[in-house]
Amino acid sequence: MSIELTINERPYIVDVAPDTPLLWVLRDVIGLTGTKYGCGIAQCGACTVHVGKDAVRSCITAVGDVAKPVTTIEGLDAGGNHPVQRAWRDAHVPQCGYCQAGQIMQAAALLAETKNPSHQQISDAMSGNICRCGCYQRIQSAVCIASRGV
Amino acid sequence: MPHGIVNDPHVFVSIDPSGIVSITAHRSEMGTGIRTSLPMVVADELKADWSKVRIVQALGDEPRYGNQNTDGSRSMRHFFQPMRQVGAAMRQMLEQATATQWGVSLSEVQATNHEVIHRPTGRKFGYGELARAAMDLPTPPVESLKFKPENAFRYIGHSNIPIYDLFDITVGKAQYGYDIRLPGMKYAVIARPPVVGGRIRSFDATDALKVPGVEKVLELKVSRAPPAAYSPLGGIAVVATNTWAAIKGREALKLDWEDGENGGYDSAGYRRQMAERANKPGRVERNQGDFDKAFAAASKVLSAEYYVPHLAQAAMEPLVATATIRNGECEVWAPLQDPFGAREAFAKLLELPIEKVKVNVTLLGGGFGRKCQSDFAQEAVLLSKALDGAAVKLAWTREDDLHHGFYHTVTYSRLDAGLDPSGKVIAWRHRSVAPTLFANFKPDPKREQSIELGLGLADIALDVPNVRVETGEAAALTRIGWFRSVNNIPHAFAVQSFIAELAHALGSDPKDFLLEIIGPPRKLELEKLGLTDPLWNYGDPYSTYPIDTGRLANVVRLAALRANWGRSLSKGSGLGIAAQRSFLSYVATVVEVSVDGQGKLTIPRVETAIDCGFAVNPERIRSQIEGAAVMGLSNFIGEISFAKGRAEQGNFDNYPVARIDNAPTNVRVHIVPNGSDIPAGGVGEPGVPPFLPALCNAIFAATGKRIRSLPAGDQIRV
Repeated sequence: MSIELTINERPYIVDVAPDTPLLWVLRDVIGLTGTKYGCGIAQCGACTVHVGKDAVRSCITAVGDVAKPVTTIEGLDAGGNHPVQRAWRDAHVPQCGYCQAGQIMQAAALLAETKNPSHQQISDAMSGNICRCGCYQRIQSAVCIASRGV
Repeated sequence: MPHGIVNDPHVFVSIDPSGIVSITAHRSEMGTGIRTSLPMVVADELKADWSKVRIVQALGDEPRYGNQNTDGSRSMRHFFQPMRQVGAAMRQMLEQATATQWGVSLSEVQATNHEVIHRPTGRKFGYGELARAAMDLPTPPVESLKFKPENAFRYIGHSNIPIYDLFDITVGKAQYGYDIRLPGMKYAVIARPPVVGGRIRSFDATDALKVPGVEKVLELKVSRAPPAAYSPLGGIAVVATNTWAAIKGREALKLDWEDGENGGYDSAGYRRQMAERANKPGRVERNQGDFDKAFAAASKVLSAEYYVPHLAQAAMEPLVATATIRNGECEVWAPLQDPFGAREAFAKLLELPIEKVKVNVTLLGGGFGRKCQSDFAQEAVLLSKALDGAAVKLAWTREDDLHHGFYHTVTYSRLDAGLDPSGKVIAWRHRSVAPTLFANFKPDPKREQSIELGLGLADIALDVPNVRVETGEAAALTRIGWFRSVNNIPHAFAVQSFIAELAHALGSDPKDFLLEIIGPPRKLELEKLGLTDPLWNYGDPYSTYPIDTGRLANVVRLAALRANWGRSLSKGSGLGIAAQRSFLSYVATVVEVSVDGQGKLTIPRVETAIDCGFAVNPERIRSQIEGAAVMGLSNFIGEISFAKGRAEQGNFDNYPVARIDNAPTNVRVHIVPNGSDIPAGGVGEPGVPPFLPALCNAIFAATGKRIRSLPAGDQIRV
């Protein structure tokens, strides 16, 4: 079945079953591998993308239900210089880096809605994103740094 | 260490005419920063400008690069000096090439920032201009190398070099194993026997083949003749045009498994058995003085039992590998900690000479020991073979990861101490019961082996005259594997908790008592420890890396000082301390906890002191120690349990790990300053072991509740 999508401001037509999770369409069909698989049941946040302005878990989002433009890590900023991306580099957040696309997309959605989040608000918003390397304290710092630049 | 060390600049460095210096990283990057830190060492001695350095990831090729098995916190320990030699040698080759070119004395030329200057005239050559001539020179002998003095280091010790992949990670371009895409590639998942040693009785693929995108279902037959080592479990593979179709196809399979001899593995029953064994004499592994006599004469005795369950590494990137076989040559792309060990396994499976197998190492989305075992990549190779060499990506789901692990072992410990009337510990006995990882490699020895005894069991430093360490029997009924810090986790949990329990029984301050039982500064004399087997000492010479109680006590004092130990805390708050020598480094941690009226735990602050010898990349040492506290909390709440031989947890909904809202996010790291003459110790693992006991000691200080059995479960809300 043909499904029309807008991803990172580009139109796509994909031929997949409408219940296919957006994650696997992005990764396997379109080839945008920046969005990661971590759990498949919306428990870890590695697959976070924006649908419209909302951060969603693409692993449980059926592609047939996607009605708004999708933004992935590759499209967050043309030069990779979204304030959250810059803050992530300034704070040297990543260790292995695998979860960071999801973390960055989640943080960007938080800051789009809440300009100067408190420590608690950051914790609440980011608590669905797991990092096994344990970069959480730098994520806290980076979101604060980014909040000054959004 | 297989294939040892290579320090030849011709192997690790190449310079192109434009001056770009390519440095090969031969160890796997799983988050420690090693892929940056070792080339950084080369670049510093080479006097290269970091902005002109490119990093090339080595293929799995140990005869060429030396040992590549990235485990045991060994990379910096073993390769700091060799990488200095690589850099210094190439720098001297550049200087020699310049002197020859100009016909001047070698003493008149000097390399500086990416160029060589003729000092009398000020003439300069860029590294690119000299590249060909320099690289054609023979490698100077190590004895002729002149190393930078420490005060001339520009990168080493300076924390001014971000990890090489930082930008790519933040824009989604960094390539992990899961991200490999080849033209025409198939996607596959495997339904594996739910019990280790089980096999398929029959299966029906009719419905699976009806799933759109599913192309083929086939049985993956494997040999698991002992020793099974890291061989795959076998099962039924579903091959499809994308990962999702393969997953859906697998769900539609009808499978009838035969469980085999491990079908009775049940964690509750197993634990009872371990407890019985821990309460009976075991094999004596260390016998210093006369425990029985001293214990009988003690005026006061104390005992406690501790339990740490199986844990799963649960790296954020589940296991995955891509393989293809063309014209009798196999190529694999995978996140492997041990790429050459894997390559040897692939060659054996395919009955190909090793030269016909090429192994590309991607970034690892975490490893924590799981990706040392190449079972998942062997599956991809077997599958490609079954598909006539087609390119196939074999993906594991999170459920696969937790159901088919090489798990952290499970450990039951019993400790007994006897005190004299003055409150001095005169007798100490530690009985440890844990299935061994070495059951993968030989007939199950059913008790901890030499390496495991050396992970904080037989090698502990105690100022106690009579010490006995025993192991009890425990068969491995699942696959036991490498897990960040390995047996140091349960060993340190038991020992460091028990020390705090003794302090409490004596009414002593836990930090003072810990220092007292470590005793005066000394290097332990091995022959006086009464060890049954020689000390493993992490595979390194004891003369270089002795057990140094002065360094251990020093980190205890440093962590306590930074934590302002002894300060008054509000009701429901407490400090706990623990220390461990592991991977040839010394770490002490003070955890501060607060437990509210509802029994909810928070960890407002952690102070950790580490003495890892010379600190090559302090910024990445800090990140490892910050992460170790987070993993320490995960080890407090996680458990893989078995029922009917099956792992009961399958995803993060029932295998909880620390998240940003419960993890420590105020971890302060204090690195003991050392000169480069103090050999580097490990960093990736040593931060983990002290955290659990320090946490439980803090909970005791805050609440009076002693947690001896993990996971925390309903003992406290996390």
